[in-house]
Amino acid sequence: MIAVIDYGMGNIHSVAKALQASGAEVLVTNKPEDIKKSDKLVLPGVGAFSDAMVELKKFNLLPAIKDSAAKKPLLGICLGMQLLFDKSQEAENQPGLSILSGDVVKFSSKLKLKVPHMGWNNLKVKAAQCPLLKGITDQDQVYFCHSYYPVPKESGTTAACAEYGLEFAAVVWKNNLYGAQFHPEKSQTVGLKIIRNFVELC
Amino acid sequence: MLSKRIIPCLDIKDGRVVKGVKFLKLRDAGDPVEVAKIYDAQGADELVFLDITASFEKRKTLVVLVEKIAKNIFMPFTVGGGIGDISDIRDILNAGAEKVSLNTQAVKCPELISDASARFGSQCIVVAIDAKKQKDCWEVFINGGRTPTGIDALEWARKAAKLGAGEILLTSMDTDGTKDGYDLELTKALTSCVPIPVIASGGAGKLEDFYNVFASAGADAALAASLFHYQEYSIKQVKEYLKQKGIAIRL
Repeated sequence: MIAVIDYGMGNIHSVAKALQASGAEVLVTNKPEDIKKSDKLVLPGVGAFSDAMVELKKFNLLPAIKDSAAKKPLLGICLGMQLLFDKSQEAENQPGLSILSGDVVKFSSKLKLKVPHMGWNNLKVKAAQCPLLKGITDQDQVYFCHSYYPVPKESGTTAACAEYGLEFAAVVWKNNLYGAQFHPEKSQTVGLKIIRNFVELC
Repeated sequence: MLSKRIIPCLDIKDGRVVKGVKFLKLRDAGDPVEVAKIYDAQGADELVFLDITASFEKRKTLVVLVEKIAKNIFMPFTVGGGIGDISDIRDILNAGAEKVSLNTQAVKCPELISDASARFGSQCIVVAIDAKKQKDCWEVFINGGRTPTGIDALEWARKAAKLGAGEILLTSMDTDGTKDGYDLELTKALTSCVPIPVIASGGAGKLEDFYNVFASAGADAALAASLFHYQEYSIKQVKEYLKQKGIAIRL
């Protein structure tokens, strides 16, 4: 069973539907015991970093998430991926989960780009052996919708980049931990391929 | 490279797709879920659903429709029309929409933009502006284009961006429904005054119209409705044409 963590922030059901479309048994939950029971974990997220951490704490989910992150496949999507890191410029006083090391930063106004980075952009695969990226090439585009992006401390964590004024980490991967800055559940066939890759992980 | 987006818009009334020519005459063009599936298959980059009755009639049915759409398609979509407060926004995002579009209520109560973007993030807050050319400016109209506000559209766009809007959906009331092309002058003026993406809307009739709004007016996305609903062009045709003209497009 894949537990999709519902902490009251946006687009939970699209993620659940996409996982189900790949044949997964899904439980949308905000209960620590469900997270403990699950085989895999998805941390979705639309919203602001600080509110998200407050909600996760409110439901007492931090210990269960950190515990699961030590052994089960975990996929963070968009804000859910950013929460895995140490901290974000979006919330200076609200640290993240520190499951991955690194910070989340905003696209600099010096880049003179439109922010949010919104729309379909190419992935640049850096680690083709990443199980999440099986069958994904640099021709594939996925849907982004964000103003912040993670800067992992360990450069090996970045499995794929995207380019928007600079190269940033679009997919992170470390052992059983995965994160996507884009929305695979909204990225049509390419996105569903990535979701299926996660579902098929052992 | 970030692609320019082609966005079909479905105006919804009583759960059905309609398109108002200059916002007045309505014609029925089908079931929203079926239309959404067709556009998904054609490679639309996003969809916009505007509930044009929502400001005046009860709109709980909209949330049910949003859930139904999200169950059937895996692409981003925006929902607008009659959104009044934070709880409306939460309901629609929770039902599976990627973004909400605020129009009348944002003009009446601009704090809704800042509250909503603080709570849900700028990336899901679209501010829709209906603008009409006046003597020396473009004026913002609300209530589905019925009520003039005296507000300058460019100033309002700047303010909305500052308050935390993540995107502007700009409809020119002068070109909407004419099929004579997007309002390039207005779109260019607006894209150059805000630091957020702009979706141009109103007036698409030919392939070149899409090219012009990207190449000369700096739009990040182009929205069209009847052109696609009545299959004068498929989305694929539009995108292939743009790609061949050198515009960054996802095929």
